[in-house]
Amino acid sequence: MEIEELYQEVILDHSRRPRNFGELPDAAVRVHGDNPACGDEIHLAVKFDAGGGLEDIKFTGRGCAISQASASLMTMKLKGKSRKEAVEMLHAFHDLVTNDAGDASKPLGDLRVMKGVRNFPQRVKCAMLPWRAVEQAFEQGAGEATVSTEPT
Amino acid sequence: MAAPVADYGVHKVAGSIVDWKALREEFPILREQAHGHPLIYFDSAATSQKPRVVIEALRNFYEHENANVHRGLHTLSSRATEAYEKARRRVAEYIGAASADEIVFTRGTTESINLVAQAWGGKFIHEGDVILLTEMEHHSNLVPWQLLAERTGARLRFVPVLDDGTLDLEQLPALLTPEVKLFAFTHISNSLGTINPVAELCEKAHAVGALTLVDAAQSVGHLTIDVREMGCDFAAFSGHKMCGPTGIGALYARKEILDSMPPWHGGGEMIVSVALEKSTFKKAPHRFEAGTPNIAGAIGLAAAIDYVDRIGRAAIFEHDSQLARYAFDRVNELPGTRVFGPAEERGALVGFVMEAAHPHDLTTFADQYGLALRGGHHCNQPLMRRFGVSGTTRASFYFYNTMEEIDRMIEILHKAARFFS
Repeated sequence: MEIEELYQEVILDHSRRPRNFGELPDAAVRVHGDNPACGDEIHLAVKFDAGGGLEDIKFTGRGCAISQASASLMTMKLKGKSRKEAVEMLHAFHDLVTNDAGDASKPLGDLRVMKGVRNFPQRVKCAMLPWRAVEQAFEQGAGEATVSTEPT
Repeated sequence: MAAPVADYGVHKVAGSIVDWKALREEFPILREQAHGHPLIYFDSAATSQKPRVVIEALRNFYEHENANVHRGLHTLSSRATEAYEKARRRVAEYIGAASADEIVFTRGTTESINLVAQAWGGKFIHEGDVILLTEMEHHSNLVPWQLLAERTGARLRFVPVLDDGTLDLEQLPALLTPEVKLFAFTHISNSLGTINPVAELCEKAHAVGALTLVDAAQSVGHLTIDVREMGCDFAAFSGHKMCGPTGIGALYARKEILDSMPPWHGGGEMIVSVALEKSTFKKAPHRFEAGTPNIAGAIGLAAAIDYVDRIGRAAIFEHDSQLARYAFDRVNELPGTRVFGPAEERGALVGFVMEAAHPHDLTTFADQYGLALRGGHHCNQPLMRRFGVSGTTRASFYFYNTMEEIDRMIEILHKAARFFS
């Protein structure tokens, strides 16, 4: 396993210059995701469209390259998606980063650059953190919520 | 620029003829490779590696002496009991305790501190009492006291940490008031490397009638410890950070204090006689060792003590300090890097952050080159918050590490900085 397979150029680029990074003043839900094991934080803000889909999605936070790039790539991918599509993508992404057989014929597109994470089991939580926050945003529907990689 | 390696004189330890390179041969694991590179093990503050003599001591016990202790009347039980109690005497001698009766075998530092918090704290700590800690405590010397405070209504106070990583001792008079019943603090900080003035702290605590507990996890294998010279009432440590096996450690407590403490865990081994409704208990230390103890672990710990003493703790401390100072200087010159803790006297570790890379990215990267670092909060979350970081990267050393390994680490950190920025 080469280090470049985990930290592909696209990932490094997104971690250095995260897309959709910033505030979303008219957000319907704000989810604070944290990974207490390493102190990574993602603050995700989501605005829903009339059909309950993701009209806009932005994040702030700080953390490792994997969690920041994952959040950046995720927000690009999810903007404009329906709830159903987003949930499907969440499952596909989880498979991608945890399961050797999980990457075939899934609609992940660019997100497939995160595939290398599966060879670094300790880093799966970093990659999944923003996705856990999105999942929580759908469950919450409105207001504020927190989500952690370490359930208490 | 860094001073050349020779200036640090690591191979010229005063009064010592230790061949440090040869010692490496006694640690079979140091021949391992990681990702095709020779292993550089810089995580000894988490757990040290084990020399062959310790591994052999465990094997010898299981092959020739294994039986349960204190109960059997057969040959093997006598051998096991004798070896186990001999290990207790060896631990007492190693830390300067007055007698083996002051040594309770535990699973390690964490269990030792919990024993004090529950058995001693449960009896002697009451509502309104204060337990004084410091901001640099490992979670193991923080959470047990939070639990005790919740149970009893006692309060916690903290000695602040200054920007240079030392304790703010000017605050001590205001904090060490007569309500303080216990002052518990670490000897060496596991993420800053700060060496605290233990004897001075104990003396000041005693002046207001407080007892003292020293968390010696990071110091016990690295420098000479004499509990009577330090003047502490309790000391807690683990074997695995000083060449011993995991799952064994000890609590030292002054005899009269240990004798005053009620039993902790109940069960076999710690009783004199048991009736259905009531039991009587053995004297300390056996009163605190319910159930079959970690017999092999205690014997392995004694072997580790023999090994460490053969090298000599003064020589180890000097060697480790030179490694740590050299690493501090070299890491400090890396661009965009912040090193934590005091620049001069420090324990065998260096904690730092690099602008270019998050600690977890850095440790993942380093691992690909065979370099074992640790990234994260090091069980020091409040301390990390105090310094405004979510975590640090830590390189920690022991006597089997070399200057050349530190040079290699610096090369890898340079590579990482280029890779991530």
